[in-house]
Amino acid sequence: MNSGKQYWRSLEERAQSKEFQEWVHREFPVDASIWEDEVSRRQFLKMMGASLALAGLTACQMPQEKIVPYVKQPEEIIPGKPLFFATAMPLSGYAMGLLVWSYEGRPTKIEGNPEHPASLGATDALAQGSVLQLYDPDRAQAVTEAGEISDWPSFFNDLDAAMADQRIKNGAGLRILTGTVTSPTLSRQIEAILRKFPAARWHQYEPVNRDNIRAGSQMAFGEIVEPVYRVDKADVILSLDADFLMEGPGRIRYARDFANRRRVRNGQTAMNRLYAVESTPTNTGAVADHRFSVRADEIEGIVHELSGGSPTRSWVGPVLRDLEAHRGSSLVVPGDQQPPVVHALVHALNHALGNVGHTIIYNQPVEARPTDQTESLRELVNEMRGSKVDLLVILGGNPAYDAPADIPFAEAMTKVNLRIHLGLYQDETSWLCHWHAPETHFLETWSDARAFDGTATIMQPLIAPLYEGKSVHEFLAAMLDQPGRKSHDIVRETWKLDDNRWHAALHDGVVPDTKSRQKNVTLRKFSAPSSPSHSGTEIIFRHDPGTYDGQFANVGWLQEWPKPLTRLTWDNAAWISPVTAHRMGVENGDVVELKYQGRSLEAPVWIVPGQRDDAVTVHLGYGRTKSGRVGTGAGFNAYTLRTADAPWFGGGLEIRKTGKHYPLSTVQHHQNMEGRDLVRVAPIEEFIRNPSFAHNEVDQPSLYPGYAYTDYKWGMSIDLTACIGCGACVVACQAENNIAVVGKEQVAKGRHMHWIRIDRYYEGSLESPDTFFEPVPCMHCENAPCELVCPVGATVHTDDGLNAMIYNRCIGTRYCSNNCPYKVRRFNFLQFSDIKTPSRKLQYNPNVTVRNRGVMEKCTYCIQRIESAKITAELQDRRVHDGEIVPACAQACPTRAIVFGDINDKASEVRQLKAQPHDYGLLVELNTRPRTTYLARIRNPNPEMKT
Amino acid sequence: MAQIFHPSTNTISRVSLFGALFFLAFLAWVVGAVYRSPYVTRQYAPIEQPVPFSHKHHVTDDGIDCRYCHTSVETSSFAGIPPTKTCMNCHSIIWRDAPILQPVRDSYRTGEPIKWERVDFVPEFVFFNHSIHIHKGVGCTTCHGPVGDMPLTWQATSMHMRWCVDCHRQPAEQLRPRSEVFNVNWQPPPNQAEWGEQLMKDYNVKSLIDCYTCHR
Repeated sequence: MNSGKQYWRSLEERAQSKEFQEWVHREFPVDASIWEDEVSRRQFLKMMGASLALAGLTACQMPQEKIVPYVKQPEEIIPGKPLFFATAMPLSGYAMGLLVWSYEGRPTKIEGNPEHPASLGATDALAQGSVLQLYDPDRAQAVTEAGEISDWPSFFNDLDAAMADQRIKNGAGLRILTGTVTSPTLSRQIEAILRKFPAARWHQYEPVNRDNIRAGSQMAFGEIVEPVYRVDKADVILSLDADFLMEGPGRIRYARDFANRRRVRNGQTAMNRLYAVESTPTNTGAVADHRFSVRADEIEGIVHELSGGSPTRSWVGPVLRDLEAHRGSSLVVPGDQQPPVVHALVHALNHALGNVGHTIIYNQPVEARPTDQTESLRELVNEMRGSKVDLLVILGGNPAYDAPADIPFAEAMTKVNLRIHLGLYQDETSWLCHWHAPETHFLETWSDARAFDGTATIMQPLIAPLYEGKSVHEFLAAMLDQPGRKSHDIVRETWKLDDNRWHAALHDGVVPDTKSRQKNVTLRKFSAPSSPSHSGTEIIFRHDPGTYDGQFANVGWLQEWPKPLTRLTWDNAAWISPVTAHRMGVENGDVVELKYQGRSLEAPVWIVPGQRDDAVTVHLGYGRTKSGRVGTGAGFNAYTLRTADAPWFGGGLEIRKTGKHYPLSTVQHHQNMEGRDLVRVAPIEEFIRNPSFAHNEVDQPSLYPGYAYTDYKWGMSIDLTACIGCGACVVACQAENNIAVVGKEQVAKGRHMHWIRIDRYYEGSLESPDTFFEPVPCMHCENAPCELVCPVGATVHTDDGLNAMIYNRCIGTRYCSNNCPYKVRRFNFLQFSDIKTPSRKLQYNPNVTVRNRGVMEKCTYCIQRIESAKITAELQDRRVHDGEIVPACAQACPTRAIVFGDINDKASEVRQLKAQPHDYGLLVELNTRPRTTYLARIRNPNPEMKT
Repeated sequence: MAQIFHPSTNTISRVSLFGALFFLAFLAWVVGAVYRSPYVTRQYAPIEQPVPFSHKHHVTDDGIDCRYCHTSVETSSFAGIPPTKTCMNCHSIIWRDAPILQPVRDSYRTGEPIKWERVDFVPEFVFFNHSIHIHKGVGCTTCHGPVGDMPLTWQATSMHMRWCVDCHRQPAEQLRPRSEVFNVNWQPPPNQAEWGEQLMKDYNVKSLIDCYTCHR
């Protein structure tokens, strides 16, 4: 087994057998663990002699390399310099604007597009991880017929024959199944097919769908509109089971707007206030000023209480008074998971609070054809079961895996004569189809997509298709008798822009004047059919933060990315409360049987403080059986319990201990700060009374002489009030710095490699604790303990105060890591970096060394970006401007919680932030003088409510 | 009992003990010398190329500026190896039938790039940037040697870290005016030391010896 396989190795493979596991452990038998063999002195000397001789031989001559220039060099390409292209990532149909780094034609790193309304320059973890998906060697690489490799011409022959049959029947047997479509080009093409085949039907299904939002607006206004929140204008926000900072098409924009209203700076102390009422812990609840834990089915009653009913809960009165005191600048946000009636009632509530037009606006729908997707899928399945479908074309998506358990899509499919799947992977659905056609990744094709506010982006390819993929547009063109037509021409035809405007739209990443028009809606009287409240234990379904609905299951970065609240990697788990765990006598990782509506599922539990005692939360997107070497077999498939009538929560769950145990890998075992005040928090009143409550600068004497730092002096400030714990920084850092993925077992041994981690701490009671997030990169101490103990000078202090880690000097003693009080150093215990997989190599950042086994590594403040900016500045005979260097973590951060800059520059933002009274450092009593400091978290609780 | 060892054994043992020390030191010296020798570094060894391109002819005889081919040397980390198109700018007119240029014409016709042999090599954990050295007044020949006299190009220096750091510690000795950077015949003036000091001030040249300057 070669070392490069580490990364892509599947969990199934690993868990297979004891022998296999042992074999894996024996992979590096010598000094990876313990020297078990008895070796005589003689043998030892022989081996040493041989290795010396071999070392001498290999170092004989410098290797001879080749340089391969272009034949005709494209005008804009300068070898060694990156180019940036604007494009967008569609997720559940909605676009997030991106700027993608490209080195000599290879996209290596994804960043947000500052011009794009859904990004404002930031991204989330999924977008960061999507570049690895592009290079995934497990992607579908060829057209296959019944699993056998075939080619496009044979496929089109088959398709043409089937289409010819349909032409006679006006398409009566033709069904097209897509996900949510906002792409004007895609909808134009599908409409063209429907015109040509009038009896054909177009179905849409997305497991993480917005059916409730559509139905709610239909109920309240009699038409479907897209609610868009103006979080920047809201003084008081009430979230009703809505994780609006982490979910939904506007999440990144909302997070930025939310954080912008909470930055306490230079005596400015006005803050917004967030109440979170939620059924399961979320990031939004963690950053809220007040969090109330209720059952998911109680939300409806709460909205009634807020809308004039008599309050039964003590907190409803004060919340309502607060909302009413801020008429026109308050905002109530209903959760996507809540039933339509809650959405309708909240529309009425926002209307009554005078928020419409101020903090909430209603737009024309962004979707090309808003559809009740669950009904759409049900209809399709009924028709398939009735053998009314001859030709089923599935464009993306994986319905055989993610359809509701009571809509037997996979079974009904078998009644279709010809089933075709266009997709990125050979997944569960492909295996049930006659033909699988490889789809291009979004970085490989021309397309278009619209954002939450309707703004359209023309997506441009960063690289030619790596495999034989065709885009959905090319595929549909072939169905429209235009085979061979290129995506570019098809998209260009949609937009009808002249050359200048076309190039401007590509350059900016947004097409001007494409925002959805605002709609004036009138609230109509609706009788709110009260959805039945259920009894017993509640089951709550959420999409997984890392794998989403399952589509990112094979992305190693996202599997190893610790999920924000549980800090679990590589698995999902059934969340239970500490009380439930105690009652059942189970611990983390103990397997329970979940019985719900006659279906059952075994899942390991994870004890989550703040989870309700009468609720279990499971995450969708795991338990894939046909995903790839990374995703197959990880976690359990919660879709098998999910039904169409209650897609997000339902009652009557039975939970039973099985006595089995399943190992789960977490990166944080310890939740307690042990009284060391790592996270400092105060309500705003206390901050006003004592602004330097958190400040702790201790000027202690040191035996070592200080440094002068006459030139630059780099530093970082992290605002804990702004941090929502989304974890985009972690994956961004991994992408930028060529950080390896180590796999589940190695994570369990504490060998994960992330350079920045987001510690999550709890405080208070187990039932409703306060949750804190704290991003921890290297502190770049001025008195760095690590530097003093390195025997070979592999970690040294630089003139600008960085704590440099020099890989080529490192001999792996790990003394530095041992001496680091912050535990931010990471060691390559094994050959974690994949240096063998050809497609994987393309993603590596050429400006960062790929580390091999036996080398220590850690956050460098993105030294490659610092050096590159310094060189650019020097070439122009100037100093580096403030804001010119943005490390990958700060760049990705949706809330701009991380700021980097030159502390010597009096005007720099980072210096201003470090001068704030609530600036503090971690463990400064050790006299490490960290360069990374924190702004204490300030909360804005309602003075009327004492928590 | 008779003596087992002859008295001379004492001397022999002393000599061999001390000799072993000297021998080990000698061995270390040999290893070091071999490591630094042109045998390992390939210094001074002209490299065979698919087309026997002569810098001597193009630079000295024809007087073509370095930047005509190495276009990105002032803007990028990489100086740039000319695309086949650059060769054909002239060679579609002169020497258009020369047999030794057949690979160039083939490349241009087929679109298959010429695979040149790399001459100057630094390991991949070293991040060298051409543009900043050019801007600070380090001439091409300072590192690449008398390129104008090379019929086939060779590596003129060891490219060892010690060689890099020597200059990074004392840049003044190697600096020249920006106008002379691409002059292959430039010779340092006798008062280079003080002139270099002045250039360091003029060009804001700092002695950068932080590891991060090159290793990332």
